[in-house]
Amino acid sequence: MSELRFDGVTIRYGNRRRGTTAVDGVDLTVPDGAVVGLVGESGSGKSTLARAAVGLLPLTGGQILLDGQPLRHGSGPRPVQMVFQDPYSSLDPRMTIGDSIGEAVPRGTRSADRRQEVARLLELVELDPARAGAYPAQLSGGQRQRVAVARALAARPQVIVADEITSALDVSIQGTVLNLVRRLQRELGTSMLFISHNLAVVRYVASEIAVMYLGRIVEHGPTAEVLADPQHPYTRDLLAAVPESTRARSAPVTADPAPAAIAAAEPADPHAPPPGCRYHPRCPVGPLVHGDREICRTTEPTAEHRHAAACHFAPAGRPLLRVAD
Amino acid sequence: MTSPTTDSVEGAPAVPRRRSAVRARWLAVLRTPVGAGAGLLLALVLLLAVFAPLLWSDRAETFDTGSVLQGASADHWVGTDNLGRDLFYRVLVATRLSIGLALMATSIAVVIGLVLGTAPLLLGRRAGRLVTAGVNIAVAFPGLLLALFFAVVFGVGMTGAVLAIGFAGAPAFARLTHTLAAGIAERDFVAAARIAGVGRTRLLLRHVLPNIGEPLVVNATIGAGGALLAFAGLSFLGLGVQAPSYDWGRLLQDGLSGIYIHPEAALAPGVAIVVAGLAFNLFGEAVAKGIGLTATVGGGFGPAAGRSPDRVSAAPTDDGRPATDPGRAEGRPVLDVQDLSVSFPGPNGPVRPVRGVSFRIGRGEAVGVVGESGSGKSLTALAIARLVERPGVVDAGRLEFMGTDVLAGSDRSHRRLLGTAFAMVFQDPMTSFNPTRRIGRQLAEVAEQHQGMNRRQAFGRAVDRLRSVRVPAAERRAHQYPHEFSGGMRQRAMIGMGLMGEPSLIVADEPTTALDVTVQRQVLDLLESVRAADDVALLLISHDVAVVGQVCDRVLVMYAGRVVEDLPAAELRTGARHPYTRALVATVPDMHVDLDQPLPTIPGRPVDPASQPPGCAYAPRCPLASARCVEEDPALADDGAGRRVACWHAGEIGTDTDVPGAAPVALTSGERA
Ligand SMILES: Nc1ncnc2c1ncn2[C@@H]1O[C@H](COP(=O)(O)OP(=O)(O)O)[C@@H](O)[C@H]1O
Ligand code: SF4
Ligand code: SF4
Ligand SMILES: [Mg+2]
Repeated sequence: MSELRFDGVTIRYGNRRRGTTAVDGVDLTVPDGAVVGLVGESGSGKSTLARAAVGLLPLTGGQILLDGQPLRHGSGPRPVQMVFQDPYSSLDPRMTIGDSIGEAVPRGTRSADRRQEVARLLELVELDPARAGAYPAQLSGGQRQRVAVARALAARPQVIVADEITSALDVSIQGTVLNLVRRLQRELGTSMLFISHNLAVVRYVASEIAVMYLGRIVEHGPTAEVLADPQHPYTRDLLAAVPESTRARSAPVTADPAPAAIAAAEPADPHAPPPGCRYHPRCPVGPLVHGDREICRTTEPTAEHRHAAACHFAPAGRPLLRVAD
Repeated sequence: MTSPTTDSVEGAPAVPRRRSAVRARWLAVLRTPVGAGAGLLLALVLLLAVFAPLLWSDRAETFDTGSVLQGASADHWVGTDNLGRDLFYRVLVATRLSIGLALMATSIAVVIGLVLGTAPLLLGRRAGRLVTAGVNIAVAFPGLLLALFFAVVFGVGMTGAVLAIGFAGAPAFARLTHTLAAGIAERDFVAAARIAGVGRTRLLLRHVLPNIGEPLVVNATIGAGGALLAFAGLSFLGLGVQAPSYDWGRLLQDGLSGIYIHPEAALAPGVAIVVAGLAFNLFGEAVAKGIGLTATVGGGFGPAAGRSPDRVSAAPTDDGRPATDPGRAEGRPVLDVQDLSVSFPGPNGPVRPVRGVSFRIGRGEAVGVVGESGSGKSLTALAIARLVERPGVVDAGRLEFMGTDVLAGSDRSHRRLLGTAFAMVFQDPMTSFNPTRRIGRQLAEVAEQHQGMNRRQAFGRAVDRLRSVRVPAAERRAHQYPHEFSGGMRQRAMIGMGLMGEPSLIVADEPTTALDVTVQRQVLDLLESVRAADDVALLLISHDVAVVGQVCDRVLVMYAGRVVEDLPAAELRTGARHPYTRALVATVPDMHVDLDQPLPTIPGRPVDPASQPPGCAYAPRCPLASARCVEEDPALADDGAGRRVACWHAGEIGTDTDVPGAAPVALTSGERA
């Protein structure tokens, strides 16, 4: 597998005058053989980044590199493959699952070989190869999602992008897909950009976590470190919001006086991102709470902090650079 | 590994069933009265078109100078024309030409329409836009005008008319194709195929066209009816078929000259045109309706409802005493549900997705309902709110809200109750708000209708309520439209709407599923504080055990339309006795799951409500299942301490387990067929 690098990637929807910059100058590396988890609230630009990586969206700025080479989308299967969120719409209902997978097998394969390859892939995702003739409607959501994974693998990708692949599934079967992701990573060394809004899920599959807010990566580091010691206030808020079934019933936050304005703050509008630090209207340690932190309103923080956290008040640290650069 | 029973149900040979599903749908259309009538008529017309000229052209061509321009008689049923030819046979024989030309024109329209309609997909963005714009302009012209225009361009005569009508029909078809194709092209499976390197042409042929085929065929059928009429029109105007050939339009024109002497000569071809036109039209409409009713365009998504005969088993009933916290639930419960069922008619008898649910909610109590999708959670909530729509049928031994029988009251009195003492919050509040009206007014309306406030007072209360659910700048926000609210804010406004009255119960169905964790947290906290402040009871439905465990006092676990366990929320992790509850809890990954272990899963899939097994519905997936489980459905039994559980082996621990509560689940991701 290979390394996927986003280098200053900017993606805009709409025209120049009226439009949204959904992804704004993102630098992010998915190292060879690693699973990078991308978290962030809806609308933060995760799916946009994913679709750009597989060439479904044009870049407005920057470039995407695969092993240092700019990514090209010629004919034939693309080197970066994607698994979509909703397995009910990502498989053609009129095609057998075998045909769907076979379609992604590189052309020029003899049809007997192709059939064999489909059987091998079904086996790989723990489905009975004898069911290649089944239609998606006959499969459960979890089974469909594994077919979608098999299709992505059929194209012999160098990197796989998985966009919220378990959020349309019941928790009772989401585990089958997550276990599969882990096994593929371990056995095949698949490089993967794994997008999810569920931190517990990302924690389970990803070796690194990148946190996205309003089109920017605001923190990025090894999973264990980011979760144990989050540097950006947004990451901390995300972690605090994770429901814990083991935790006793919590008291309502009304008791907490300071961030009342913040608790009620609207999710920011991507059409008009706030100036300075984009998180400042919601930040519990930002200018709304600490009067002396005016810099947050005016100056955009750099990433030169621990975990590349984009916050003026995060402790300084090595930016997350890779030896390969 | 996994239990063999679960997947074998769906592991049957695939291809035949898929094909037969399509065929079954068309056959079902023929079984409706309109469909059957139209189908018969259409078959008749087509048979005539094929055989009439073979059988009767002699009689239709025979001159009989002795009987020119006669009226109806025993010899000539609708009389003769100016050369003495028998008009009845001429009308029959003309069927072939009339129908044939109409079909030819339709084919031209369909082919051109397909080419133009799919061109935007093939050509890429810029050229595609140009084509679409052209089509849109052409569609704006009335069809007949276009046909006349082309008739003049192509010249008088049969070929000209076919081309004219074909060309005139093309734009509408192009637009239809384009709309349908664009809808399919947006779907993820097309994106996936593109990423897999499938070329545009193949994309069109393999993915797009098969998925829009059915509606196109239907519309072509309807279009053929239109073409028939248009053709008759052109022939009638003398622009179409020329003598000595004749179609119905031509016969109509001939007959019209003598309409005062013997109107039959004009009536007969006229009737033929109308009947044949109707046959095409009605058949197309019937099929369209049949398909629309039974399937989404594109076919068979989601769980197929109703396959095998339903054995409506007499579900064991029980009394719905609350499991815990008797102090709080003392006195009259806010909600008392006994043996609640919801059923829908199915192809093989009624299907019962909710089968005998019983529970009570005390004042200020928070009760959660968890279970996989399809277990009947939402339907239970809808039944309580009397929102189950026809043909669904709600049945209950008792369904009392604040001591009032909800099943008995009129719709009107119930709506009043709903407006004041009962609040419902849905997963997607966008569908519950009217998009064209301001939020504040929609809230105010509740108070105007049910509390007799005037406009001003009501609006004042709306702002106050929005403030109470912590909508910032409530005054200004009240003047905004629903789409100007973010998802979390809309959800708060929805809760605010429920608080316009003085609710004793809030039913929230997956209120945070569509929200981000941080926003979810806020909404849950809000529900919690509303409950604490006003002693409002809460029924919180969620597939997320963690959410329910956090907010609720007590949890009802539903499986296959029944409550299988009722226990204190605090005991979910440690005290669950039903194997399903344990498995459900164990599958939720939290921030502490062991990274070195595979995640637990529940093998197999939930039962299809249309084919409930006679015994315990969980048996095919249950690690503790015994022979008795397969035969007898366990009743929901009270243990005396208020906890309820429906399981023959409640509390037992599987042999291959070491972690109590978390163990009886498959530890591999295998879900093999
Ligand atoms: N086709 C589109 N046209 C215009 N704006 C879009 C489109 N798709 C997404 N957006 C906007 O781009 C932003 C990022 O969206 P998305 O990438 O889907 O975020 P996420 O996946 O993190 O939820 C959002 O503000 C969204 O409204
Ligand atoms: S820069 Fe300021 S506003 Fe932004 S996250 Fe850091 S403290 Fe908060
Ligand atoms: S009754 Fe039997 S099959 Fe059903 S849950 Fe209990 S042990 Fe399992
Ligand atoms: Mg997304």
